[in-house]
Amino acid sequence: MSSKVYQNATEAIQGVKDNMTLLVGGFGLCGIPENCIQALKESGVKNLTCVSNNAGVDDFGLGLLLQTRQIKKMLSSYVGENVTFEKQYMSGELELEFCPQGTLAERIRSGGAGIPAFYTPTGVGTKIAEGKEIRTFDGREFVLEKGIVGDFAFVKAWKGDKFGNLIFRKTARNFNPMIATAGKITVAEVEELVDVGELDPDQIHTPGVYVQRIFKGTHYQKRIEQRTVLKNKK
Amino acid sequence: MPLTREQIAQRIAQEVKDGYTVNLGIGIPTLVANYIPSTKTVMLQSENGLLGMGPFPSEGQEDADLINAGKQTITTQKGASFFSSADSFAMIRGGHIDLTVLGAMEVDQEGSIANWMVPGKMVKGMGGAMDLVAGAKNVIVAMQHADKEGNSKLRTKCTLPLTGVKCIKKIVSDFGVIDVTENGFVLREFAPDMTAEDVLKATEGKMTISPDCKAMILT
Repeated sequence: MSSKVYQNATEAIQGVKDNMTLLVGGFGLCGIPENCIQALKESGVKNLTCVSNNAGVDDFGLGLLLQTRQIKKMLSSYVGENVTFEKQYMSGELELEFCPQGTLAERIRSGGAGIPAFYTPTGVGTKIAEGKEIRTFDGREFVLEKGIVGDFAFVKAWKGDKFGNLIFRKTARNFNPMIATAGKITVAEVEELVDVGELDPDQIHTPGVYVQRIFKGTHYQKRIEQRTVLKNKK
Repeated sequence: MPLTREQIAQRIAQEVKDGYTVNLGIGIPTLVANYIPSTKTVMLQSENGLLGMGPFPSEGQEDADLINAGKQTITTQKGASFFSSADSFAMIRGGHIDLTVLGAMEVDQEGSIANWMVPGKMVKGMGGAMDLVAGAKNVIVAMQHADKEGNSKLRTKCTLPLTGVKCIKKIVSDFGVIDVTENGFVLREFAPDMTAEDVLKATEGKMTISPDCKAMILT
C-alpha cells in the first residue's frame, strides 16, 4: 500500500489547480487547516471556489487567499469578520453565495454520503428558496437543496494516524468531519501524527477511508477571535 | 420607561424552564444566560458543536479550540458534549432544542421574521438563524420595539428579506411581552411605567390587548 503520509503542506496540496472547488474546514478561525491555507497561498493557484462556513479574518484563515485574490467565489453562511471580503464583494471582484449554516453542513454531509439532494424546512419562503423546487410533506413545505462535493477537501484534526483516522478536539471539530467525507481528495493536517494502532478505534471521529493524504502541521497559531474571560471578583 | 437590554434578557429568562435545552443567539439573547437561576438545570447549545456551554473561562484558561457561535472563548458545564456541525443542526432542525432566543430587525403580525439582510448594505450572512427559526419548538424574539426614528419594528408585513415565515410565537421587546397568534399580536405584559395603550400606539401591526394584560414583573 502506498503511504498516505506527506512531509508537509506544500507536498500535500500537489494537484490543486486553478478553477477548482475546495472545501475548507473550520468555524471562524477555530479548527481551520492553517498549514494548507498557507501552502495554497504560496502555490499561487487562482480562481478558486471555496466552500467554508466563514471566510477568515483580513490577515488569517481564508482571508489570506482573499488578500492575494486567489478566490473567485465563496460559499458560506457568515462572512462578517472580514473587511477585505467586503471590499472585493462590493466591487464585484468576488462572487458570494450564502447558504444557511445547517443547510451548508447537510449539503456537505450529503455530498460525501452519495446523496445528490435533500428536502429541508430551512429557508422556505425566503430568498434562499427562490428558484428551487418546493415540495409538501405532511402539510409542510420543504425546499430541495443539493449535495456538495469538492475537488479537494482540507481539514484540521487534533490527532491522526498514518491510515488517516482522525480525532478532533472540542469545538474545533465543527465542519471538519463532513468536509473530510466530501473531497475527491481529502487532505488532513494534524497536530499529532501517530502510527497505526495507537489510536483507540472507539474514539475515532473520522475513519481513515475518507482521508487520502495526511501530514503533521507546524507552527499552529490557533488565533482566538474574541478572547472573553470572567472578570475578577473582588 | 422602556426596558434596558439587560431587563429584556431578565424577562426572557423567566420563560426558560427546568430541563430545557436552549440556543441563545448573539446580542441580547446571550445575556439571558446570566438570569437563569441555578435552581434550574438548563443545557445551552452552541451551534458550532457544543451542548452544555459554561461561562467564560478564568484569565489564562482560554482555549482556542473551545469557542461559542459568537467566536468567544467559553467553558463546558458538567454533562457537556461536542459534535459536528451536521449533528448540531440535526438537533436544531429536528426539533430537539426546546427554546431558541434570537434578535430581529422586524417581526410581522403573522410571525414572520427578518433579521439577516438590509438591501443595499453589505450582508454578513444568516449563519444559523434560518435553521433555528425553522426547527426550534419555540422561538422567542428579543428586540427593540421601534427603530431610532420611532418606527414600529412589529409590522403588519415585514419589509426586509425574510429569515423565516410564520415561525415566531413570542416577542419580548423593550415595551412589553407580545404573543403572536392567528389574530395578530396580543399584548400580555407592558414595561413598568408604560401603559398598554402606549404599546398599542407604538405598534404598526394589528395588536389586541389581552384581557389579563398586566405590568411586567422583573425578578
